[in-house]
Amino acid sequence: MLNSKIPAGPLENKWKNYKATCKLVNPANKRKMEIIVVGTGLAGASAAASLGELGYKVKAYCFQDSPRRAHSIAAQGGINAAKNYQNDGDSVFRLFYDTIKGGDYRSREGNVYRLAEVSASIIDQCVAQGVPFAREYGGLLSNRSFGGTQVQRTFYAAGQTGQQLLIGAYQALERQVALGNVTMYSRHEMLDLVTIDGKARGIICRNLITGELERHFGHAVLLCSGGYGNVFYLSTNAMGCNVTAAWKAHKKGAYFGNPCFTQIHPTCIPVTGDHQSKLTLMSESLRNDGRIWVPKKQGDSRKAKDIPEDERDYYLERRYPAFGNLVPRDVASRAAKERCDAGYGVGSSRQAVFLDYAAAIERYGKIEAGKQAMDHADHDTIVKMGKDVVKEKYGNLFDMYEKITGENPYEVPMRIYPAVHYTMGGLWVNYELMTNIPGLYCLGEANFSDHGANRLGASALMQGLADGYFVIPYTIGNYLADEIRTAAIPTDHPAFAETENKVKDRINSLMNIKGNRSVESFHKRLGKIMWDKCGMARNAQGLKEAVEEIRALKNEFWSDVKIPGGINELNPELDKANRVADFIELGELMCLDALDRNESCGGHFREEFQTEEGEALRQDDKYMFVSAWEYKGDNKWDLHKEELNYEVVKPSQRSYK
Amino acid sequence: MEHYTMNLTLKVWRQKNKNDRGGFITYKVKDISSEMSFLEMFDVLNERLIEESEEPIAFDHDCREGICGMCSMYINGRPHGPWEGTTTCQLHMRAFKDGDTIVVEPWRANSFPVIKDLIVDRTSFDRIIQAGGFISVNTGNAVDGNSIPIEKAKADDSFAAAACIGCGACVAACKNSSAMLFVSAKVSHLALLPQGEPEKKTRVLNMIAQMDKEGFGGCTNTGACEAVCPKEISLDNIARLNQEFIGASVKTGK
Ligand SMILES: Cc1cc2nc3c(=O)[nH]c(=O)nc-3n(C[C@H](O)[C@H](O)[C@H](O)COP(=O)(O)OP(=O)(O)OC[C@H]3O[C@@H](n4cnc5c(N)ncnc54)[C@H](O)[C@@H]3O)c2cc1C
Ligand code: SF4
Ligand code: FES
Repeated sequence: MLNSKIPAGPLENKWKNYKATCKLVNPANKRKMEIIVVGTGLAGASAAASLGELGYKVKAYCFQDSPRRAHSIAAQGGINAAKNYQNDGDSVFRLFYDTIKGGDYRSREGNVYRLAEVSASIIDQCVAQGVPFAREYGGLLSNRSFGGTQVQRTFYAAGQTGQQLLIGAYQALERQVALGNVTMYSRHEMLDLVTIDGKARGIICRNLITGELERHFGHAVLLCSGGYGNVFYLSTNAMGCNVTAAWKAHKKGAYFGNPCFTQIHPTCIPVTGDHQSKLTLMSESLRNDGRIWVPKKQGDSRKAKDIPEDERDYYLERRYPAFGNLVPRDVASRAAKERCDAGYGVGSSRQAVFLDYAAAIERYGKIEAGKQAMDHADHDTIVKMGKDVVKEKYGNLFDMYEKITGENPYEVPMRIYPAVHYTMGGLWVNYELMTNIPGLYCLGEANFSDHGANRLGASALMQGLADGYFVIPYTIGNYLADEIRTAAIPTDHPAFAETENKVKDRINSLMNIKGNRSVESFHKRLGKIMWDKCGMARNAQGLKEAVEEIRALKNEFWSDVKIPGGINELNPELDKANRVADFIELGELMCLDALDRNESCGGHFREEFQTEEGEALRQDDKYMFVSAWEYKGDNKWDLHKEELNYEVVKPSQRSYK
Repeated sequence: MEHYTMNLTLKVWRQKNKNDRGGFITYKVKDISSEMSFLEMFDVLNERLIEESEEPIAFDHDCREGICGMCSMYINGRPHGPWEGTTTCQLHMRAFKDGDTIVVEPWRANSFPVIKDLIVDRTSFDRIIQAGGFISVNTGNAVDGNSIPIEKAKADDSFAAAACIGCGACVAACKNSSAMLFVSAKVSHLALLPQGEPEKKTRVLNMIAQMDKEGFGGCTNTGACEAVCPKEISLDNIARLNQEFIGASVKTGK
């Protein structure tokens, strides 16, 4: 049965009590325990480093050439923490409450409270590692605001927060490598999980340079393999992001939680053509100062600067006066889609809205002029000074926009459109971050745990690091304490041999198809089905069609895919084929999950369930649960439900008006 | 911005594996849109090669946002191509015009052996970090973040150095294959912060020793590295590194 193992007692004491009573492993025994960490993004690198420091024998894996390149590196905007340095009324409870509400009441209170509780320690830890967060002139840490909140609690390092946090974790990891506590396997991809007597005991991975399959044993296995947004082909994720590690665990029995909960980010650079290989995010922090608008007239093709103020519709400010441009992502994305679908979109594709910095530039310019006692500064001087301020805050984002589009966002408003960005769904885990397979843990974006149906900005970095630095070091001991008598299992054990053979067979079958179509072409087609029918808006009929289309696509893939090159060499097409094959199966489950959930909540918007004003309409009496899917063979799943019990917060219709 | 399409000639380095000698192969590509990124142009070519049952060109890439440091092409004699402060993945085709010939090679340096085609092995950079590119603080040992105020100018300089993405373009650009810009960026990032102070001396000595051991060449101040660095890491960092190194060598007698 699904037991979330949330400790009893009042919310504020759950984690404290857990830590005070969980089992421990003594130092001598730790040295004998081996832990496998798949993935070295924020979640994996922080976990591997912390567990290495504790004295466990850690083996860590990533498919890039270095752990420093994990997708976490690309996070731009920032990381939340309930420090209340701004004295604006923030607290652990408020961060907890905002996250629960932002998630549209589909996450666990216990987990989210713990996340808020450890958030402050994350900032301290990162500062100690030398993460160069933005600072004020007094030398203290600076904060900015982010969507879905009314306090300033986001810590940042210009537009490179993820990079700086990951470098911090990477350096801690490399230090443990040097000390011999962690062995790092880069350019390695996990292709299956090995279970023995129902427990996770190791992995099979492929050395991506030589193509060799390798067996690795661990007393426990941690999957920190990131999100699966690339199931949509186009997303803001890095090209290599994939679901394979989690999917293989799923097929070995791990339940998949809320697979259909995906986040569409409102501010991305629009698609330019068929050649498009990925989409680029423009950080949400830009909504802090930028104003979003479309022309009031349908099909208006004038240049932005030729459209006078009173002919502009600042639709977010109009519809949501309390939060304005800072409404949560799901709300902002749908509002953009609504305007574009209604014919108010801008740019050549008409699938875009403006994100305008003119007002912010002027406002900052005036503040600067004031600071420098230049009371009579002319407009040009003010604009120049304002641009300098904006450059300091968002310079690298503006540069990136210009490189991609060839337009200068200091002069003309940016054009943006929503794009797939984050997956709230993932492997089901309990409070200890363990899946339903004993000894198999899942951390970071790969698990389903803390964000409910919609994630608030700047909270994924927080969750990844909370999981890795501050949760797993405690919870894993509670399991390993009972494993100290288990000696390392040699990898010639039949379970390893059998699993490796399965992987080998699958690779051989893929290579032997020798069909006519490239892996890429299948991935694109899958992405189109998913975006059209399981994207920003979904309905029962579309989802049913999508399931059929995906099943047909799967058959076609397995009979017509063409993979050049050989098995025993570096072969990126083969790597991709392995991943796309898993994405196709996942796509089907996402549609089934979306079809099963007859309500709208957060990022899951079922057109049949909306208020008169077009807002998401939850069905709390029927769907206050986590959907945990058990794999039962080809195209077959059983649904398990984990009821969500709210002891403190009272779910209500989310309102950002 | 006016968009256009172009036909191009590509001369691309192909090398089966690290033992193969390798050589240039010429490809013609047609109808490339000025809106494409450089790597999307490679995607188009690779799709065609697959269709023609040839092996696609192997190249490193991941984020395609100029931040992971994975992409690494030496384009027309310049790491990351013609645009300043730009990674290969952020280079867009409007940098080229119809009829151009583009020569594409891997990073070339003894410490970055070629693995296949345009992919090289940069794990030497990880080993340099292992030698000392960190602050020794275990999880849970930290004091409150605001108990260490840091002068804004210093924090900003530290951040500017920390912006290095570890791509290796500096090495590829240098006639000595020196890794000084990369190493100096890390040394500066940490040395400028009070948290990095206690290990300042051993850090610089150990990192430099590892750099030498990996076979990177010495620095003769030609500045080619700074000119191609996609994150515009400044040569000032090398000056700082030299000071730190001299100071540490004198004090520790190493
Ligand atoms: C453009 C962008 C901007 C963002 N900005 C923010 C922000 O400002 N604030 C915020 O809070 N969040 C942000 N996010 C979200 C956040 O960055 C991610 O959710 C988070 O970094 C995920 O971290 P992770 O450690 O779980 O996974 P990742 O960083 O994706 O790491 C996954 C790791 O798993 C490895 N891996 C995967 N599969 C395998 C396999 N089969 N075998 C071996 N290794 C494998 C990879 O090599 C990698 O090391 C952003 C996301 C994007 C796309
Ligand atoms: S210093 Fe510049 S060129 Fe060298 S590795 Fe860092 S980012 Fe790349
Ligand atoms: S692919 Fe990440 S920097 Fe170019």
